Amino acid sequence: MNSRRIVIAFAMIATLVLGAAAAPFRIAVIMPSATTDMAFSQSMWSALLAVQKEMGGESALQIKYTDNMYNVPDAAAAIRDYASQGFDIVIAHGSQYGSSVQDVAPDFPNTTFAWGTDVNTFGMPNVYAYTAAAEQGGYVNGVLAALLSRSKKIGVTGPIEVGDAKTYIDGFVQGVQSVDKSISISKTWTGSFSDVALMTAAAKTQIANGADILTGSSQSVVGSIGAAKDKGGVLWFGTQADQASLATKLVVASQVYDWTSMLREIIAQHRAGVLGGKVYTLTLDNGGLKVAFNPGYALPASAKQAADAAIKGISNGSIAVQP
Amino acid sequence: MSSSERSAVKAETRGPVFDWAKLVLNGALPLAGVVMALAVAGVFLALLGANPLTAYAALVAGSLGSTFGLTQTLVKATPLLLVGLGICIAFRANVINIGAEGQIILGALAGAAVPLSMPTLPGWFLIPLACAAGFAAGALWGFVPGILKARMRVNEILSTIMMNAIAQQLMNFLLQGPMMDPENVRQGTFLAQSARIPTQAWLPRLVPRTLLHAGLILAVVLAVVVYIFLWRTTVGYEIRAVGLNPQASSYAGIDVPFNVALSLTLAGGFAGLAGVVEVIGVQHRLMEGLTSGYGFTGIVAALLGGLHPLGLIPAAVFFGDLLVGADKMQRAVQVPSSLVTAILGMIVLFVSGAGIWARTWAARRLAVGRRGAEARR
Amino acid sequence: MKGALSLQVLTGILNSMIALATPFLYAAIGETFAQSAGVVNLGVDGIMLLAGFGAFFVALTTGNLWLGLLAAFLVGVAMGLVMSLISVSLKAEQGVSGIGLYMFGLGMSSLLFKVLVGTVKTIRGFPPVSIPFLSSIPFAGPILFHNSVIVYGAFLLVPLAWVVLEKTSLGLKIKAVGQNPAAADSLGISVVGVRYLAVCLGAGLAGIAGASLSISLLNLFQDNLTSGQGFIAVALVYFGGWSPFGVLAGSLLFSVVNSIQLWMQVLGVDLPASVAVMLPYVLTILALMLSSNRARQPAALNKPFDRSEN
Repeated sequence: MNSRRIVIAFAMIATLVLGAAAAPFRIAVIMPSATTDMAFSQSMWSALLAVQKEMGGESALQIKYTDNMYNVPDAAAAIRDYASQGFDIVIAHGSQYGSSVQDVAPDFPNTTFAWGTDVNTFGMPNVYAYTAAAEQGGYVNGVLAALLSRSKKIGVTGPIEVGDAKTYIDGFVQGVQSVDKSISISKTWTGSFSDVALMTAAAKTQIANGADILTGSSQSVVGSIGAAKDKGGVLWFGTQADQASLATKLVVASQVYDWTSMLREIIAQHRAGVLGGKVYTLTLDNGGLKVAFNPGYALPASAKQAADAAIKGISNGSIAVQP
Repeated sequence: MSSSERSAVKAETRGPVFDWAKLVLNGALPLAGVVMALAVAGVFLALLGANPLTAYAALVAGSLGSTFGLTQTLVKATPLLLVGLGICIAFRANVINIGAEGQIILGALAGAAVPLSMPTLPGWFLIPLACAAGFAAGALWGFVPGILKARMRVNEILSTIMMNAIAQQLMNFLLQGPMMDPENVRQGTFLAQSARIPTQAWLPRLVPRTLLHAGLILAVVLAVVVYIFLWRTTVGYEIRAVGLNPQASSYAGIDVPFNVALSLTLAGGFAGLAGVVEVIGVQHRLMEGLTSGYGFTGIVAALLGGLHPLGLIPAAVFFGDLLVGADKMQRAVQVPSSLVTAILGMIVLFVSGAGIWARTWAARRLAVGRRGAEARR
Repeated sequence: MKGALSLQVLTGILNSMIALATPFLYAAIGETFAQSAGVVNLGVDGIMLLAGFGAFFVALTTGNLWLGLLAAFLVGVAMGLVMSLISVSLKAEQGVSGIGLYMFGLGMSSLLFKVLVGTVKTIRGFPPVSIPFLSSIPFAGPILFHNSVIVYGAFLLVPLAWVVLEKTSLGLKIKAVGQNPAAADSLGISVVGVRYLAVCLGAGLAGIAGASLSISLLNLFQDNLTSGQGFIAVALVYFGGWSPFGVLAGSLLFSVVNSIQLWMQVLGVDLPASVAVMLPYVLTILALMLSSNRARQPAALNKPFDRSEN
């Protein structure tokens, strides 16, 4: 009798343990552009893949995705669909998805919804919001740019002056001016996130005007990097993703959005039963923002020191960067 | 135009609603086109490692498998129907309106500006005013190419393509500055979106916990109105006459340039209405990407509907169904959404190749021309 | 606005203008052939994308740029065949079939890029080639005569296309088929055959336009690389009055205004960026309004030909 009970108990525990170990954690993500955009969407996508690898692959973390989802009602349907399929976490990676998250989250109280970039959790217990303090890395890039520019002319090639495209540049300008107020910064906005040809022309125009350092954001910025490469001797500072691979000798540093620590925390919290209610901001301090120095570019030691000092100053709050 | 020619125009263009055999054929051929396209697409799916049968099961189930799916189909059908009605009117005057993307934007901008600037006024005042403003703004954006074509013979394909881009930049300008949500400015996020539309100006939801809104009813009612306009009013008759045979219409004293401009203006108005309805019905704020490509998919829907306002109703529902199902398919078999775009493109290619409309349309034009010529002898 | 009219700025504007105009020239002249024969092809942007990817991928994997160029042309012709089949043989409504072709090209290029390449990569594209003597002409030399062969090709295409359309029997056939297919048919010209040829030629040129971006001017491929430039190219055909020289004028006008607005932004002219970006589009419409030349479109444009109806 006793031994039978023990065997049954053992079998139950074994099933539970094995079952729990066998059932993968499931995350679904919706993005407004392609996973290959080398900017916003790619940053989240690579973070998810990195976390998946850490956890042990597909058997530990199952990821389903929908990209190029720029239509809001379609996104609402996608969020609702993934939630109803029983995903543990649904990530709505785009600021236009806010109202959809607000609509769907109450119907799925056991699902965690994370969305950004924004700071509103709608007061719901199962919603996280996240954003990136892009101006911080912008500031550091700006400090470096000011120290490295010989022509004292810096060019900004941006898409549209909104969102983190704007905040990054605002931080960059502050960084430049903290080193040398005489440096002139010219800005061009192409009016499109995807028009690479126009972005290339903008970069060439900046270069022709004498800029020897360029920066900017959006997926079309690959055109600016190409223009810098063409001309030679023009340096590039990137944001959102590590762009060193595109021009190994010219990219000095990129601000990288590293969502992995945020993802790890959200997963751990979900397992512990906390489904939301917090706003995550990627900052230099919490490691969500990293300045990735390109090993292929020989950065002078003094410049590196200044950059490190800036990072430290922003992290401990002694330097305040306005978005 | 003699009275016999007039009655020939009337008779010949009463539309497929009263010709059941043609109606069935018009419905069957596009369906055959869709099936053929899906068969070809199945090859691509298989190459990507997805099971075509699972995929197509999701395609069908996605829209029909749940209440939410059904309402989503109708949610998508609404702007398709509205844009399509405008395209229909323009096509009847033999004008192709590819400016709907820009007209939708203008309609959304004007329509959103109304409740945003008067947030304390009641809904029964704001909603009709917003719709009127949206229609007017879209109509303006159609009027400009229309008058340029009528008075200065500036080709409408050129002017509408240019005006689409101008509208996009206008929206960028407004969303970056004057219309940016003050909350976003305060929080330092600077997102390219307007403040939320005050709730009393939202179109009422028809089914709770779904996105289906009263805009659908408006669209269906307008489809009937457009039918009556085109077939039961003098103005509508003149538009159709101009489209069928501009020379004969001109001899009969119909002002051809005026009707061309009018048709583009009306087409713009309906596209603008689609814009404002999307904003106050679904999205509840102005943001980037609000057109969602309806300016182009509306053209496809119009043709699926045989360029007839009443035929457009089932066509818009069918096409909306296809779009919703395609998204569901993407989620089910995890193929990249770009494949879905390619498949939709194939469907449009195959269905347009079913060609029945072009043939019957051309046949009608020629028949009317011949009858006119015979009557004149 | 210091230095606004300096030589440096002028040089910069002209350089950018030439780079921006190149894809428009290929695509719009190609479309001119198609429309002269009576077929509107709105799918040009999709052809540019898929062929542009083809060129990039072939150049990336084989290291041979000319092979890439050939691939782009062939992909273009293949898509032209599809368009011809559907719009000429099956008599589809051309505006709609063109949109379908566009969606197909857009989706397929993104899909293949994602599956076969996976991330943005740059390649070494066609390098600039100096033409001896001519490139030493002060000021104009380096601007006009120090470009890649693809750029030279675009500008040489203009007189070449004019000659073909106006002075060869092929050109006469194309125009006849576009003006009066019934009469052409009765003269023994194969309306369907000529239309197929014109559409495929136009599509092949659109393919080269895509390649000009991916393996010459930008040297990379990315999702939605063309960002709607194919539609602008179609619009420029109307601007140009179905004449290659008119298309040249339109392409240069549009591109130079775009270059100027970028310079205005760089030099700090007090104009909102969105308004600056609007300028090329507004000025194109204004230019056409003010121009007195108003060519009549090919009479049979956008009308499928059916022998039985005549």
